[in-house]
Amino acid sequence: MSKTILTVDDSRTMREMLLLALSEAGFSVLQAEDGVHGLEVLETALPDVIVTDINMPRLDGFGFIEGIRRHHKHRAVPILVLTTESDVQKKDRARRAGATGWIVKPFNPIKLVDAIRRVAA
Amino acid sequence: MDPMAAIKQTFFQECEELLTELESGLLKIEDGNDDPETVNAVFRAVHSIKGGAGAFGFDELVEFAHIFETALDLLRSAKLAPNPSVTKTFLRASDSLADFVRAARENGCVAGAHVKSITDELNALCSGAAKKDGTSPPKQQNIDDLDFQPVAVSLDSIFESTPEEPPPFTQDFLIRFMPKPALYAKANEALCLLRELGGLGEMSVECCVDEIPLLSELDPEGAYLSWSVHLRTSADEARVREIFEFVEWDCDLDIAAADVGRLLEEFQAALEPCAKLVSLAEQQKNNNQHMASATLAPSDEHDDNAGPVKVAHPSNENGAYPAQTTIRVDLNRVDRLINLVGELVINQAMLSQRVAEAGLPRASSVVIGLDELEQLTRDIQDSVMAIRAQPVKAVFQRMSRTVREIAAMTGKSVRLVTEGEGTEVDKTVVERLTDPLTHMIRNAVDHGIETPEARAAAGKAEEGSLRLSATHRSGRVVIEVADDGAGLNRGRIREIAVSRGLIPAEADLTDDEIDNLIFLPGFSTASTVSNISGRGVGMDVVKRAIQALGGRISIASNPGRGSTFSMSLPLTLAVLDGMVVTVADQTLVVPLTAVIETLQPKNANVHVLGDGARVIATRSSFIPLIDVGSVLFYRTEETDPTMQVALLVESESGARCALLVDAIQGQRQVVIKSLETNYGRVCGIAAATILGDGRVALILDVDAIVDRPRMDRADQTLVAAE
Repeated sequence: MSKTILTVDDSRTMREMLLLALSEAGFSVLQAEDGVHGLEVLETALPDVIVTDINMPRLDGFGFIEGIRRHHKHRAVPILVLTTESDVQKKDRARRAGATGWIVKPFNPIKLVDAIRRVAA
Repeated sequence: MDPMAAIKQTFFQECEELLTELESGLLKIEDGNDDPETVNAVFRAVHSIKGGAGAFGFDELVEFAHIFETALDLLRSAKLAPNPSVTKTFLRASDSLADFVRAARENGCVAGAHVKSITDELNALCSGAAKKDGTSPPKQQNIDDLDFQPVAVSLDSIFESTPEEPPPFTQDFLIRFMPKPALYAKANEALCLLRELGGLGEMSVECCVDEIPLLSELDPEGAYLSWSVHLRTSADEARVREIFEFVEWDCDLDIAAADVGRLLEEFQAALEPCAKLVSLAEQQKNNNQHMASATLAPSDEHDDNAGPVKVAHPSNENGAYPAQTTIRVDLNRVDRLINLVGELVINQAMLSQRVAEAGLPRASSVVIGLDELEQLTRDIQDSVMAIRAQPVKAVFQRMSRTVREIAAMTGKSVRLVTEGEGTEVDKTVVERLTDPLTHMIRNAVDHGIETPEARAAAGKAEEGSLRLSATHRSGRVVIEVADDGAGLNRGRIREIAVSRGLIPAEADLTDDEIDNLIFLPGFSTASTVSNISGRGVGMDVVKRAIQALGGRISIASNPGRGSTFSMSLPLTLAVLDGMVVTVADQTLVVPLTAVIETLQPKNANVHVLGDGARVIATRSSFIPLIDVGSVLFYRTEETDPTMQVALLVESESGARCALLVDAIQGQRQVVIKSLETNYGRVCGIAAATILGDGRVALILDVDAIVDRPRMDRADQTLVAAE
C-alpha cells in the first residue's frame, strides 16, 4: 500500500504542486489549508508523514506541530516543515516545536521525496 | 492540460485573491486596525506570492515580492510604525506587485522607472527602521543578495529519469551514530536514516546494544542503541551529512572519511573497545566478502513492510482529501442549469394555468400540490441564480487603486469609503460594472472633489471623501458614488449645453433637468481635455453601459456639498421585470426599466402634425406618439389613442416617446429567451419569453422602436409616391 502524506499549506498553488509531485512519486495525498484544518483531518486519518507550511492563518506551522507533539494521539507522526527561508532561526524554532525535518521552498521534487523517505518508517 | 500549466493557472488565480487580500488588509491598517492578524495576513499574502513565483521562476516578481516582504516583516515585528506615509508606500507597492503579477502572466515587463522609485522607497523604509533599531541597515536588496534563491521546478522530467549506471564506490566512511531520546520524540527513525545511508552505496552496520538497561529500568521513550557504520560509496561527505541533516542536534555523530588501511593501523594500535569495528575494516581491506553483520544494499524504498501503523485510506489512488468547501465550475454548465430552470419555471406556470382552466376547486390536492411546486420552483430559481451571484467587492476594491492614481495625478487628497461590499449581483453585471464605475470614480475625483486649498478655503477637511456603496433595494441592487466635493456647477453645465446646441438659450430648466444634461452625448464639463476623465468618454457612455445592463442612473447634487450618482441594477440578466401588454390581440412584454410612466391619452393632449405623425402633450413637452401595433405591422388602420394606454418610455440614447398599446395586463418576471439563437433577428424585438399559457410573447426592443418612426414615415412617403 502506498504511503499517505498529509500536506498542510494555505497556498492553493503549493498544495497543487505538492499533490502533483507526491502523487507522481506514488504517494497518496491528503490536504489541509491551515493548522486547525490539519488537526481536523488528523481526527479521522493517520498519514505516514505530514508536510506543513509555517506561515498560515488561524494556526501556524509551529502551533500545529506543537499541538501534535504534545498530547495528540498521532504524536509519533514524522512532520516535515516547508520553509521559504533558509533562515536558521526558523528551522531552529521548527525543530524545537518538534519538527522531524524540513524542506526548503521552492521545493525540488527530488529533494522533497528524498526527505519524506528519510523520515517515513 | 499539462499539469504544470494547470498549476500555473491556479497560481495566477490565487495571486488575484492574495492581491485583493493584501489591499484590503493594507486599507484596514491605513484605517488604524493594525492588529497582528491583519498585519500577518498582509505579510502572508506577499509571502505566498513570492513562494509560488519562485517555483515558476518568475525572477522579477520574486525579487520585488522579496523586497516588499522584507519591509512588511518590519511592520510585523513592530520595527516600523504604520503611519500614513508608510501605508501609502505599501499600497503603492501592492499596486506594483499586481503589475509584476500581470507581467509574469503576460510574459511582459514592468516599467523600470516606476519600479525603481517604489523599490527605493521600500528599501528606504527598511534602512530607516534598521537605523532606529540601532542595528546596521540591511544592504540594498537585489536578487544576488537574497538568501532565497528561486529554483524553477520542472516536475515533468524528474520522475522519468532512468537510473544511470552507478559510479564506482571510491570513498570509505566510518560513521558513529548515537541517537538521543529527542531524536525519537521528533519522530525521526534510526532505521530510516540507516536505510537512506545504505542507498548511497554498500554498507555494513553494527548495532551496539551495551547500553540497554534491565527491563525494569528501561524508559520506553529512551534511546539506548547506537550504530557503527562502514559505508563504501561514490558520494561525498556533504551528501552523507545531508542524510543526518534533520537529526544532527539530537544525536552524537562522527563521520570520518577513511583510508581503510591507515585506519586499520590506527585502530589496531589504539582502541580495544573498537575491536569489532577494526575487524570489519580488516575484512574490508583484505577482501570484499560479505560482512558478518547486517548488510544493507541500496534498496527500493517502496517495498517496505516495516511501517509501524497503517491507516485505511479514505480516498482514491492519488486523490486529495476533500479539503475545500468551494468548487470551481465551468460557467457554461451553470448557464445551462439556469436555462433549464428557466424552462422549469415556464413549464410549471403552464401547468398551473391548465389546472386553473380545468376549474378544479382550490382545496383540491392537485391545486395544493401545484402551489407547493410553484414555491419549490421559485426557490430553485433563486438558488440557481445565486450561483452566478458574486459580491461587488472585487470591483469596489479595484476602485481604490483608481482613486489613489487619480488623486496623485491631480494633487488631491481623497479617501475612498466603501460600504456593502458583500452585496451580491450577477457575475456579468459585476464584470460589466467595472468600466462605468471607473469612469464615475475618475469624474468624481477629477471634477467633483476640490483641491486641498479650495477645500480648506471652503471650510472643509482637506481630505475629500468618496463613498462607494452597494445595497439591495426591492429586488435590485443600488450602487452609489457620492463625493463631498463642490457639487455640479449648474451655471457652467447650462452654458456648455447652450454652446453645444443641446438646449435653446432661453430654455427654462429645473435643477434636475440641468444636472441630467451631463448624460447627453458629447457633453463634457472639463474645460481642457485632461488625460484623466477626458478620454472622449462622457457620462453618456456611462449611462448607456448601465442601461445595457438593464439599469438606470440618476444624480443628486448639492452645490458646495457634493454629488451622488445612483445606479439601480437588476440582480440577474436571465430574467427581466416586464410589463405585459396587449397589442392587436398579441401579448407583448415591455422591459419595466424603460417605462417611466403610463398615461391615459385625452383628445385635448393629442396633436397631429403635418405629416400625419402624432404627438402627445405631457406636463413639460410634446412627445412623439407611436402605435406599437402599426410599427410592428400587426395592423394598418389608424387607432384611437383615447381608447388606448400610452407608455412613456425612454431609450438608451435618452430620447423619449409614448408607446400606444391596447391594454396593460400586468407586471411579471419573465425568463428571457434569445430570439436570435432560436429564430433570427427581428427589428423592434429584443427577445422572447414563454408565458404561463405556453404562448410565446415577444419582448419589445424599446430603443429600436423609439428610433424607428422616421424611417417608417420615409417608407410610407415612398409608397405614396409610387
